[in-house]
Amino acid sequence: MFKSIYKYLTDIFNGARTLLTGMKVTGYYFFHPKEIITQQYPENRDTLKMFDMFRGEVVLIHDENNEHKCTGCSACELACPNGTIEIISDKAIDPETGKSKKVIDTFVYHLQMCTMCNLCILACPTDAIKMAQTFEHAVFDRSELTKVLNRPGSKIMAGIKE
Amino acid sequence: MSNIFSLISDKDSKGTSSATETQEYFVNMGPQHPSTHGVLRLLLTLDGEIIRKVEPHIGYIHRSIEKMCEKDSYQQIVHLTDRMDYLSCHMNNEAVCLAVEKGLQLEVPDRVKFIRTIISELTRLSSHQLWWGVMGMDLGAITTFLYGFRDREQITDIFEETCGARLTMNYNVPGGVMFDIHPNFQKRTKDFLKYFKEKLPEYDELLTGNVIFVERTKDIGYLSKEDAISFGVTGPSGRASGFACDVRKKDPYSAYDRVDFKEIIRTDCDSFGRYKVRIAEMYESLHIIEQLIDNIPEGDFKAKTKAVIKLPPGEYYQRVETARGELGVYVISDNKKSPYRVKFRSPGFSNLFALDTMAKGYKIADLVAMMSTLDLVIPDIDR
Amino acid sequence: MNFSIYDFTEFIRSIHFWLTGIFSPGLADVIGLAIIGVCFLLFVTLLGLSLVYVERKVAAFFQQRLGPMRVGFWGTAQTVADIIKLIFKEPLVTKNSDKFLFNLAAFIVLIAPFMVIGAVPFAKGLHALDFDIGLFYITAVSSIGVTGILLAGWSSNNKYSLIGAMRSGAQIVSYELSVVLSLITIVVLTGSLQLSEIVASQSDGWWIFKGNIPAIIAFIIFIVASTAESNRGPFDLAEAESELTAGFHTEYSGIRFAFFFLAEYVNFFIIAAVGATVFFGGWMPLHIGNIEFFNNAMDVIPPVIWFFGKVVVLLFLIMWFKWTFPRLRIDQLLTLEWKYLLPISIVNILLMSLVALNGWHL
Repeated sequence: MFKSIYKYLTDIFNGARTLLTGMKVTGYYFFHPKEIITQQYPENRDTLKMFDMFRGEVVLIHDENNEHKCTGCSACELACPNGTIEIISDKAIDPETGKSKKVIDTFVYHLQMCTMCNLCILACPTDAIKMAQTFEHAVFDRSELTKVLNRPGSKIMAGIKE
Repeated sequence: MSNIFSLISDKDSKGTSSATETQEYFVNMGPQHPSTHGVLRLLLTLDGEIIRKVEPHIGYIHRSIEKMCEKDSYQQIVHLTDRMDYLSCHMNNEAVCLAVEKGLQLEVPDRVKFIRTIISELTRLSSHQLWWGVMGMDLGAITTFLYGFRDREQITDIFEETCGARLTMNYNVPGGVMFDIHPNFQKRTKDFLKYFKEKLPEYDELLTGNVIFVERTKDIGYLSKEDAISFGVTGPSGRASGFACDVRKKDPYSAYDRVDFKEIIRTDCDSFGRYKVRIAEMYESLHIIEQLIDNIPEGDFKAKTKAVIKLPPGEYYQRVETARGELGVYVISDNKKSPYRVKFRSPGFSNLFALDTMAKGYKIADLVAMMSTLDLVIPDIDR
Repeated sequence: MNFSIYDFTEFIRSIHFWLTGIFSPGLADVIGLAIIGVCFLLFVTLLGLSLVYVERKVAAFFQQRLGPMRVGFWGTAQTVADIIKLIFKEPLVTKNSDKFLFNLAAFIVLIAPFMVIGAVPFAKGLHALDFDIGLFYITAVSSIGVTGILLAGWSSNNKYSLIGAMRSGAQIVSYELSVVLSLITIVVLTGSLQLSEIVASQSDGWWIFKGNIPAIIAFIIFIVASTAESNRGPFDLAEAESELTAGFHTEYSGIRFAFFFLAEYVNFFIIAAVGATVFFGGWMPLHIGNIEFFNNAMDVIPPVIWFFGKVVVLLFLIMWFKWTFPRLRIDQLLTLEWKYLLPISIVNILLMSLVALNGWHL
């Protein structure tokens, strides 16, 4: 009889104690607003820096002379699991040797199909493409996601061979 | 008057009273429901609030990953597995890579093994943190959800710095890892270990000890060892039923044979046991990472492989322990650049179908708790 | 008009005289009532808006977040924006639902808190209904709200709603007992059910301090039971979003949903107000015995501030519960009531009677 009453009361007190332990944890954070971890995103855009490794989108590297390293070998197109990259190549006459040579006409990149798997970057023999750290990809029209990566008038850097 | 008496006396004569006769009814839990965590549909047969039958209907997020694998090269398969059990993406990648390496009979450098093991354990930790948060939320304590995510954020930052992505990392390639670890990786991981060791006791204070939580999970969702084995329930859910099924111990891969850790086995067989196994696993994961983080050997981060991988004809099976249980990758090769057939034995699928056995006779609220403790990830079930 | 922030009696009386001076006595009463009604309408709306904001902010701070920050300074206009959105949203009515009851339910849940809030003493003289059975009236009327919840669940023609409504019914019927018994524990001391007298009886100290141990036990029981009665977490089984999607108001949208939301928060306020009135002296400043100096210093703070200050503290306590604890299961909920709260409160009343008879209280 007394044992059961004792158990009844200890149950209540132990239960209340565990509840208070939980309240202590949440209460600590309530009264320590310094611990708040929210980052206010659009406001902190200037200070927000992504890690260098972050994979945001594929870009074709152009230097200041508007030259890139892409030979149009289609290695990235083959490596891509999703058909994200389409390279439309053209034949051009090499001014030095006078021979016909493959050059890229348009480097089409379908961002909407890209899973950022990085396989194209690994496949590229000339390191012509890289992953950019941009992440704000939202657009109003889906067609804007299909990008042409080679800039208008750009040409291949001298000395880059397949 | 006679009517009332007949109602009362019915029970004695026929065994059931027409006044208390109840009817079972059906409720569709899902595909859109807050606690199925995805597009899982459970067809519940209920008697009041008591569950008589649970019938999982799956396939709402089926993307035919296995079929897609048949047209992809072995390198490309890896990134598809990210999308199965997205919370243990690294382990999925690793499973495929290990299977391919088995086929190629390729010995990967020690450095790769260590990196893979550390990242696997970090992934397991992050998965368990998210599970802990969601478990609390399913039981009505929304605050735990935010705390779980707070700690998980530290790990995703580590991943972002080293692997380049936060969730679907695709860090593994057959033969190694995609990049070498970032110079900050060790420091950042050690900082995290220090940080998380302080925060982990909070989990216990907030939920484990809480009398409401204990009442909600103890002796709820009983799954006996026999049932666990016959349903193939693996991972923490299986180990809580006393089924020693840790692949890391049974069939060590990567660097698991070089570290000292305990396989957490409990014999509670209930929701609380499953909860406790995961909490204890977090401590074990921290312990594993601690042993490895300072001892990453120098060397290559990738063994040399051909650009086009062709496995010798044959069948290859590799299993790994993901955060949810045993993931098996079964590859049949016919010496082409893509596999003839790939089959994934996903832990979530097997775990889900034990739900009916577990849930019978319990209440709807218990079902939610059980689903949380099974830690279901729906894309893992459907693939 | 002699307006004083410390005593509204004269102010209210002068408004009444002014009205009777212009209109005939009957009409003056009607206009007076209408003015009071409009005041409460405005008060309840403002209360709902501000409480939702406060709750969101408090929850955010418990969870190491910032909460709403965008609309207005620190997100202060967030709830206004939400309400505007809810007003413009299409009020969907599901097919095969009982349309009359479906619409009615949203109003019934609002009626109960409106009826109760009239009996809450905000300050000296600022008290719309001062019955001699005020406390009884509050406990009786506040349970009308459950009818609305039951109707909402029934008429929605949704199984989740129905389960939620049935849970809510069982819950409120049980917890009503403990709430009333814990309040009666204090009534044993005051000897009156009239709220103004209960407040006046605490002019030399609040009952939670004067009433010895039974008063503290009664307060704990009151706070637990009334949290349960208002369907708030950890007792939010009727909504239980992880089990029943949204429980009884699953099918409600737009302004009808806003009614449920508003009713919930006004009920929340009422609990805190009743708790503050009975246990913490309502608008009565903190007085200790007959220490003149201290009592006079405390009297400087206006009673309205004392009242709302106490209410805010109690509200915070209940919010703290909600944002810490997991939800109970329905059978555990009933176990807690019938096995723990009810027997304890009955024993507690006995104890309190002993205390009152022997004069052990202050």
